[in-house]
Amino acid sequence: MTNPNGRFGVHGGQYIPETLMNAVIELEKAYNRYKDEPRFNAELTALLNDYAGRPSRLYFAKKMTEDLGGAKIYLKREDLNHTGAHKINNVLGQALLARKMGKTRLIAETGAGQHGVATATAAALMAMECVVFMGKEDIARQALNVYRMRLLGARVVSVDTGTGTLKDAVSEAFREWTSRIDDTHYCLGSVMGPHPFPTIVRDFQAVISKEIKEQVREREGRLPDAVLACVGGGSNAIGSFYHFIDEPGVALIGCEAAGRGVDTAETAATMTVGRLGIFHGMKSYFCQDEYGQIAPVYSISAGLDYPGVGPEHAWLHDTKRAQYVPVTDAEAVDAFEYLSRTEGIIPAIESAHALAHAMRIAPSMGKDKIIVVTLSGRGDKDCAAIARYRGEDLHE
Amino acid sequence: MSNIASAFDLKFGGKRPPETPSNGKAFIPYLCCGDPDLETTAALVREMARQGADLIELGVPFSDPTAEGPVIQQASLRALQSGTTTDKIFNMVRELREDVKIPMVFMTYANVVFSYSSLSATPDGTEKFLSACEDIGMDGLILPDVPFEEKEDFDGACSAHGLDLISLIAPTSADRIARIARGARGFIYIVSSLGVTGVRKEITTDIASIVRNIRENSNIPCAVGFGISTPEQARTMSRAADGVIVGSAIVKLIAQHGRDSVRPVGEYVRSMKDALRG
Repeated sequence: MTNPNGRFGVHGGQYIPETLMNAVIELEKAYNRYKDEPRFNAELTALLNDYAGRPSRLYFAKKMTEDLGGAKIYLKREDLNHTGAHKINNVLGQALLARKMGKTRLIAETGAGQHGVATATAAALMAMECVVFMGKEDIARQALNVYRMRLLGARVVSVDTGTGTLKDAVSEAFREWTSRIDDTHYCLGSVMGPHPFPTIVRDFQAVISKEIKEQVREREGRLPDAVLACVGGGSNAIGSFYHFIDEPGVALIGCEAAGRGVDTAETAATMTVGRLGIFHGMKSYFCQDEYGQIAPVYSISAGLDYPGVGPEHAWLHDTKRAQYVPVTDAEAVDAFEYLSRTEGIIPAIESAHALAHAMRIAPSMGKDKIIVVTLSGRGDKDCAAIARYRGEDLHE
Repeated sequence: MSNIASAFDLKFGGKRPPETPSNGKAFIPYLCCGDPDLETTAALVREMARQGADLIELGVPFSDPTAEGPVIQQASLRALQSGTTTDKIFNMVRELREDVKIPMVFMTYANVVFSYSSLSATPDGTEKFLSACEDIGMDGLILPDVPFEEKEDFDGACSAHGLDLISLIAPTSADRIARIARGARGFIYIVSSLGVTGVRKEITTDIASIVRNIRENSNIPCAVGFGISTPEQARTMSRAADGVIVGSAIVKLIAQHGRDSVRPVGEYVRSMKDALRG
């Protein structure tokens, strides 16, 4: 899907300072060398299975299906992975690769804190130093994850530039990498940034769709009709879509964060309101003004609160292979509460965006149709914030 | 045709800048347009030119300047908060060009050019931005987030409008230097150190060896930037190169003195240029 320059249609590329160019070239060479090497893959598979708990379960949400009265709904339980989200799939791959490259230090950005926790976890496991950059706003929203990272031995750096959210954490991680390349690998958490990151992260997350395909075939003897996932940068979504891209019968639906609505300024629905631009190393769609200034986006979900989207998603959008729909804070919170009560599963508020769209479309689909929703993470981290959203005075 | 060569005492047709230029090595100050406001920026540009600046880098503020340290990040924020836009900067330059004759280049980020003045889903801001640059008399463009591999997006369009897209070479460029130098225009911006912009106590990169490597591939003038703030540093750096670029040290003065920064910045520029007169 990627051409040699890391392009997905017009999207992608390597828009980064000269200082980093040899670092990404070295990373690409190392990745190409190890990605098909049996020993590297055996090591990674062992880590994914024995340490992270893969394959993740595909759960038939019977009560939800009956309640909505339409398509059968399956949940891909990435929330059951070690560290509580899909992020660990990519992090174990990159950490292993970094170690092969002789790097002794991992840096990462984090929004909701899930990628930061996963990186801190892999660093602890592999005895590497770890520094996580996190927006000041997100540190306040996700206090528990900040503590988890510290507990795991990572240093958490508060980023108070810009909007103090995920995009600023990414900028700061890039700045740090520019100043220290020799011993440091930037463990980017989503399918974004300069080539080869969108490809590397996709490949490490593609295990999700590989398993969905096998598991749905085993249970239903056929492929699903639709696969839904939430999209911020888009790593769990591309992971959920990847092995279905060449299966035209499977609808691929990315659910982006509309915040308080796509007709307000407080939104992060890049595909809906964004325009083609160049930022954070890639050409893709971004929320921006008429002078190319990046917009201060908003979502209740720290993990989707990002003004851009990964270049492969931009391309899937252009080619109409995937559909991207906005979901508001209010709809996501409703879905968060709905799944908790209906199935006894507390989803991450990010994943609740995908659930909310499933709740919209399932009732009008036939009972013979099959929807898979990727539960990218678990929602423990969000409980206090959702309680506050509902007016309860709950603080961690 | 850009006028950048004149900043390096390089007469048209000359092969490379002279070892001891009659006017000394080039001094290239940077400021962020609109910090604290555009009236002050215009006054600062005139004063810098009067005090001996050979070429001026005008920063067009970007919301998320990923190659900048805290000093220039904050300047960009102040500029945007004061209502600075690309169009207002173009108007300021148009007026400045009536009396400021030294070469000037814009320093900004790819998206400010690519997405300029466009609300369509797939913008073609680059052509509009560069056409405006030509119209107001700019000489070049520095885009720190556009490396050699991506310069095609901008290089051809720059040439078509008589502008030089300035290439950067970093301490980590190594085997890339030859390729970058061969395709470079105007001057080469040598990044003195790893990391982002900002004042540094010490610069340990072997600039002379980078310049030698460039010289094997091109006659283009070389200016060193990132971390330079004192006349002593400028003098040391200029021994190997044809010019010195200073940003954060000037932006700090502007942050400190605000609308009253014209005099202190003028004095600073004079002291730096004096150090480069050999």
